[in-house]
Amino acid sequence: MKTYTDIPGTTVFDAEQSRKGYHLNMFCMSLMKAANRERFKSDERAYLNEWPMTEDQKQAVIDRDYNRMLSLGGNVYFLAKIFATDGKSFQYAAALMTGMSQEDYASMMLNGGRAYVPSKPKEGV
Amino acid sequence: MARITAGISCSHVPAIGAAIDQGKTQQPYWAPLFAGFEFTRKWMAANTPDVVFLVYNDHATAFSLEIIPTFAIGCAAEFAPADEGWGARPVPVVRGAPELAAHISESVIQQDFDLTIVNKMDVDHGLTVPLSLMFGQPKAWPCLVIPFAVNVVQYPPPSGHRCYQLGKALRRAIESFDQDLNVQVWGTGGMSHQLQGPRAGLINKEFDTRFLDGMVKDPEALTRMPREQYLREAGSEGIELVMWLIMRGALEGPVREVHRVYHVPASNTAVGHLILEPSK
Repeated sequence: MKTYTDIPGTTVFDAEQSRKGYHLNMFCMSLMKAANRERFKSDERAYLNEWPMTEDQKQAVIDRDYNRMLSLGGNVYFLAKIFATDGKSFQYAAALMTGMSQEDYASMMLNGGRAYVPSKPKEGV
Repeated sequence: MARITAGISCSHVPAIGAAIDQGKTQQPYWAPLFAGFEFTRKWMAANTPDVVFLVYNDHATAFSLEIIPTFAIGCAAEFAPADEGWGARPVPVVRGAPELAAHISESVIQQDFDLTIVNKMDVDHGLTVPLSLMFGQPKAWPCLVIPFAVNVVQYPPPSGHRCYQLGKALRRAIESFDQDLNVQVWGTGGMSHQLQGPRAGLINKEFDTRFLDGMVKDPEALTRMPREQYLREAGSEGIELVMWLIMRGALEGPVREVHRVYHVPASNTAVGHLILEPSK
């Protein structure tokens, strides 16, 4: 039984997520080649249709809905190839996933980051 | 005989590499971080090893989801800096140490750690950012490097305990190599950070401080920390810290803390760095 599903705001990329997201993540991997980045940018839908991904996954990519991509099996290091293709940084993508503006997110980080809130009373060894 | 002269731990945030490559290290955002590494670069210039055994993780670069080795040792003569989607970093090619790497593979596998042997591999920021932090921007890296990639992308990664035990086996392997080599073991990644989902931006200074202290004084206690505790308290990407325990296992016994850096933030991440020497 999984004991890490209650961590707030966190999707753990385990074997189940990896299986679900295999083609989504492998599509992301293809964006490491400049020629593929160009083809993707010129017609995203056509490029995505070359991959055996679910329609939900394709739509989440087109919408740049990273939280949705995570829930559909995406892993952030693979998804990074999408925002790199868009010329965006990790901090841009992280802010987007938290629902904060990039300015607010950046200032939160400068002030020491998001505080850790214990999610279970019994934790700590 | 080869010997381990120091252990280094260090975060490998890609934005740090970009700051170095783009000449931004003196900008107000970055200057305090790089100030912490001034001592390190001087120390490293005076204590340059022959070989660095560099523990890091690949970030969907050399390994996609097609092959996910838990422990992979790079045995090639050289490793090219990878194009991760932004173009390759403008850093020197990494020169390997094939003879020592092959010896370590044989020895460690015979000690029951089933390594994956890699003879061709590009290396990403996980490996090149620590080199830049320690050595700056030379025309060629001043030492040979054995890349050692650990899976921390797909859960579960190896446990901290397993990593520590592997470090001990690594030490026996290095010390049984019949050449007079000065070897450093580096453990990279961490510290607390989370790059994904609504909890992105998590930093846990209290956890990080305990971890840094534990690395120096009581690594055995750290090896008892379950994977889930890393996820919860150090963030989904903070679990990279298990890799530091390979370095610490390789030093075993008591160590002297030569230098420590802790800085928040580098982009989304808490940066931690230790220089440890075996105390004789």
